[in-house]
Amino acid sequence: MAKGKVMFNVDICKGCELCVLACPVDIITMDDSMINKNGFHPATVKEMDKCIACGNCAITCPDSVISVERI
Amino acid sequence: MTTVYKKSKGLTDVEMHFCPGCTHGTIHKLVAEVLVELDVLDRSVGVVPVGCSALSYDYFNCDMQQASHGRAPAVATGIKRVNPDLVTWTYQGDGDLASIGTAEIIHAAHRGEKITTIFVNNAIYGMTGGQMAPTTLIGQKTTTSPLGRTVEHSGMPLRVSEMLATIDGAKFVERVSVDTPANIRKTKKAIKKAFELQISGEGFGIVEILSTCPTNWGLTPVDAIKWLQDNMIEYYPLGNLRTPEEAK
Amino acid sequence: MAKVLMKGNEAIAEAAIRGGCKYFFGYPITPQNELPEYMSRELPKNDGVFLQAESEVAAINMVYGAAGAGGRVMTSSSSPGIALKQEGITYIAGANLPCVIVNIVRGGPGLGGIQPAQSDYFQSVKGGGNGDYSMPVFAPANLQEMVDIMMEAFDIADYYRNPVMVIGDGMIGQMMEPIEFNKPEPRELPVKDWITNGTKGERKPNIINSLFLDAQDLEDHNLEAVTKYEAMRANETRVEVFNMENPEIVLTAYGTTSRICKNAIMALKEEGIEVGLIRPITIWPFPDQAFEDIPESAKGILVVEMSQGQMIEDVKIANNGRLPIGFHGRSGGMIPDPKDIIAKVKEMIGGAK
Repeated sequence: MAKGKVMFNVDICKGCELCVLACPVDIITMDDSMINKNGFHPATVKEMDKCIACGNCAITCPDSVISVERI
Repeated sequence: MTTVYKKSKGLTDVEMHFCPGCTHGTIHKLVAEVLVELDVLDRSVGVVPVGCSALSYDYFNCDMQQASHGRAPAVATGIKRVNPDLVTWTYQGDGDLASIGTAEIIHAAHRGEKITTIFVNNAIYGMTGGQMAPTTLIGQKTTTSPLGRTVEHSGMPLRVSEMLATIDGAKFVERVSVDTPANIRKTKKAIKKAFELQISGEGFGIVEILSTCPTNWGLTPVDAIKWLQDNMIEYYPLGNLRTPEEAK
Repeated sequence: MAKVLMKGNEAIAEAAIRGGCKYFFGYPITPQNELPEYMSRELPKNDGVFLQAESEVAAINMVYGAAGAGGRVMTSSSSPGIALKQEGITYIAGANLPCVIVNIVRGGPGLGGIQPAQSDYFQSVKGGGNGDYSMPVFAPANLQEMVDIMMEAFDIADYYRNPVMVIGDGMIGQMMEPIEFNKPEPRELPVKDWITNGTKGERKPNIINSLFLDAQDLEDHNLEAVTKYEAMRANETRVEVFNMENPEIVLTAYGTTSRICKNAIMALKEEGIEVGLIRPITIWPFPDQAFEDIPESAKGILVVEMSQGQMIEDVKIANNGRLPIGFHGRSGGMIPDPKDIIAKVKEMIGGAK
């Protein structure tokens, strides 16, 4: 059962992957299926049920792309 | 549902121009969050330097001044002396603060100006394309040290925090890093302490933040974090170098 | 009001305080040290703040910050120190900030000397700092005029949101003359709603900045500034014309050199030779009109400066090829001698015949 919900402001993601590094449960990936308006593969979460709402990804993201809520 | 994290009100909607993975963005968030949490955003004035953060007057949701290279502490001094109620802070890179601006930062600390300095140390000149900085490490290749920095030619890298911690007026000196979420949280605590010091009227505070420059280091953002961890922390040890209690 | 006998540099400081100066940032340099010293004693008594900065560079940047935060602020220095301030001055101009800068000019170039000079004309009016900008530059000839200008300078700066420079030389700075502090004509000053005094949650952030990376934005910014400079040309040009009814030769000099020229003029009058004087009081805006108005009787212009010849270039522009132009200059702190000016005038008249 998911503890957290992560939302990405996809348009402003720069594809830096620091959130991928920061996530302790390794659920963030770069979405190869799309390119955002700035030409990057934005970050995404496909296994939201594993999210522990630690907020590490959001704290790390230099561009405030990520918001996190605890369920 | 409770909010664990969302974008700070201390930041504007203007998209930041920093390179992908540049830790300037991370540090900007922390400063903005602290100003909001201390409820001083609407009486603060930030002074941005010449460097990658020269445009940051557009990123913070408070009054801002753009200063000439290295002189932000002098500009902040002018602001604070006119209006001591303003929470006045400078945001400077290592070229700005540790090269051209050494006199101004030393004297602001020396006079005990009640301002707060956020010092972003990424061991290189970012905006101008990757030249050597006083903080560049031995052996580090830059566009003006193409064979790698040597002691014989350029001396050992400058440890600003250690130098400032010898000055009586520097009441709070701490070196932190934004390489991991844990360290990012510690960085925010240090920034908060430094601002609290200003608000309580105790004096000058500086937070030196080890940061990355993926573009000019020639590394991906993730590899740049690793490079920071493997190379910078050993030479620039993390920790508090001065607190008001010690200063007394 | 009764006149007081005051030393130049101190009178300048007192006039600044009476003119509303509340903040002074400066650094010691000969021959203006009495000015910051006076400020250190008197400003705090007048609700003001004095701070000796770590350098002239730091001082001008403190002026920038203080002006941006809404303060009526000044700095003072002397030639090499003013050279250090040039970047700060162009930033102040580019950010549309008001302030007053006093230069007590000494001999140059480089470390030069500590004696009076007028060799900072180019530095003062032809930029000095980078980029297109101008500022009113006042060149008083005596202490009373200096005091009058200082009492107005802060209003002028606030009126245009521009730096204002006042230049004296070591003679004015060190001499004692009887002066009065007369309140100037008040100007209606715009409200300072652009300053960084904290948004208080009531307005958008104010930004003090001279950086405009977009070329069109920077051009627009410069064009706006030009409208200010045109207004200054129209309204702030000051000049004194002396004995100009029908001169054979017109002397042109500013500052204390003009007083020496007046001595020469009076001596020549006794010999039946009529010589006039055009004395720019603002060297920017330069009083071109006074040169256009030179009567037909004139056969030439003699520029007298304590330099190797700097103002002479603006005289040539204003003269526009009409009259021959001669030059007499002393430098290094050597003071022009009226005898030499008289000899040069006669030489020019002889040549013209």
